[in-house]
Amino acid sequence: MTSLLKMTWVETKLFLREPVTVLFTFALPLMVLYVLGGVFGNEGDTGGNGGFVVYGGYGPTNWYTPAYVGLAIAGVAMIGVPAHIAEYRERGVLRRLRASSVSRTGFLSAQLIVSFFIAAIGSVLLLAVAFPSTEVDTPVSAGLFLIAFVLGAVCFSAFGILVGTVLPTARAAQSAGLLLWFLFMFVSGAGPPPEVLPESLAAIGEYAPLTPVIKMLQEPWLSGEWAVGPSVAVLAIGVVSAGAAYFLFKWE
Amino acid sequence: MGSVISVEHLRKTYGSFVAVDDISFEVEEGEIFGLLGPNGAGKTTSVEITQGLRVPDGGDIRVLGLDPRTQATQLRRLVGSQLQESALPGRLKVWEALDLFASLVPGGPEWREVMERWSLTEKASASFSSLSGGQRQRLLVALAVVNEPRVVFLDEMTTGLDPAARRATWQLIEAVRDGGATLVLVTHFMDEAEQLCDRLAIVDGGRVVAGGSPQSLIAEYGGDLQVNFSTDRPDVSFLEAIEWVDSVSRRGPHVVVVGRGPVLALVGAELVRNGIVPTDLRVQQATLEDVFLRLTGRGLGE
Repeated sequence: MTSLLKMTWVETKLFLREPVTVLFTFALPLMVLYVLGGVFGNEGDTGGNGGFVVYGGYGPTNWYTPAYVGLAIAGVAMIGVPAHIAEYRERGVLRRLRASSVSRTGFLSAQLIVSFFIAAIGSVLLLAVAFPSTEVDTPVSAGLFLIAFVLGAVCFSAFGILVGTVLPTARAAQSAGLLLWFLFMFVSGAGPPPEVLPESLAAIGEYAPLTPVIKMLQEPWLSGEWAVGPSVAVLAIGVVSAGAAYFLFKWE
Repeated sequence: MGSVISVEHLRKTYGSFVAVDDISFEVEEGEIFGLLGPNGAGKTTSVEITQGLRVPDGGDIRVLGLDPRTQATQLRRLVGSQLQESALPGRLKVWEALDLFASLVPGGPEWREVMERWSLTEKASASFSSLSGGQRQRLLVALAVVNEPRVVFLDEMTTGLDPAARRATWQLIEAVRDGGATLVLVTHFMDEAEQLCDRLAIVDGGRVVAGGSPQSLIAEYGGDLQVNFSTDRPDVSFLEAIEWVDSVSRRGPHVVVVGRGPVLALVGAELVRNGIVPTDLRVQQATLEDVFLRLTGRGLGE
């Protein structure tokens, strides 16, 4: 147990020393929040535009803030974790760890905890800046939002671990991670209002694994309800990813 | 002193590629045992199987009484390892590495002591990527012994190091042995094996082609000895009568005696009896390089 804690702590520090992860988890969601929040303000759409309503009628900043929490989760899970695991495998770090009796479960658990932890730091940072400096309203149900965050961060981190497990090199993992992050940002509700997405992109958004995470985060924030369907999807993504990662994981 | 490692008829193939054909060796407690051979001979595969990191296709292996195939987890706690082509995260600091690896062993030693013992204290906050080749090896050796293992595997410790760092690494290896561990050293450097190993197995093409102490291998396969000295005395033909001498030749004052076995002592004694006391009497001995050449028909670099 102490070794798992130690490994988690060391890995957390290593993540925080990685500029790319820090940028995408901490800085970018914040920057996007400012840009889009500045552009759209926080006035709810009342259908003045010929009855066409965007953001489901919610204030754009209220809509985006929980979505960017999802983006911070995706930053570490898509850009941090996969490249990290693939690099460890490529450089022989995994071989070395294995030779010192680190188990598959131990290593993967540490990655999951670290990823969750970094996503939490990123989200706290985002909200700490968002509340005093934007017009965002507090979540209708903070408790449900918190539960949604824990579930979303854990399950999406498991998905990131799976990506790092199946991609052969750090370079491939980093490219794929960046691509997925940007794609998810645009189609999963953290980019343009979903109502204005062309049909093809909306269809991709339907199946993008970040979409249910963001919906699950937005629902308690905006309406105080628990998003049942999305949360089941998130849980399924998490369980399948964790299982697949465990069985597909290779030390070298 | 029993044997701590026993490997019999080890075999490992990858598809149609035979990595290890048939390798057997025994390692005695407290010795430095070497696996010497060119790249691709099957040395690394063999030691990785011995540590339970790979699964063999055939053979009997016992390490400290454990079977690495079925008891790998238990075994890994008892052995230390420096793997070929393994590294640490570049941004990991020296003290963090020691702290982490020490924590992997329940009841292990204090990592600060280890850091002190291996003279890494002044580099404690340096990141792994900023260390020189020699410093990295020092850290990797320290990590390999952090669990106070009974057997330590060191795979190609000195590849890519400059001569000074190589010498320093040799001292580290001897220090590990002096600490009471049994060492298995994998190397393709002849001088390293000759300098460090008590016994070794020469591996080529997935097989052990010869085994023994460096001295016995040289005596057996190294071929003739050459004794050189110089003298003004024109006639040294009396040396030809010595039993172990094969030939005597001279060019000016320089005499070359070719022979075998105890030829040096016999030549020396005979010279003294005949009133010749050369100051430059020396023997040119074969090295492991010659042994390898003779056994495989090619040099190590080929």
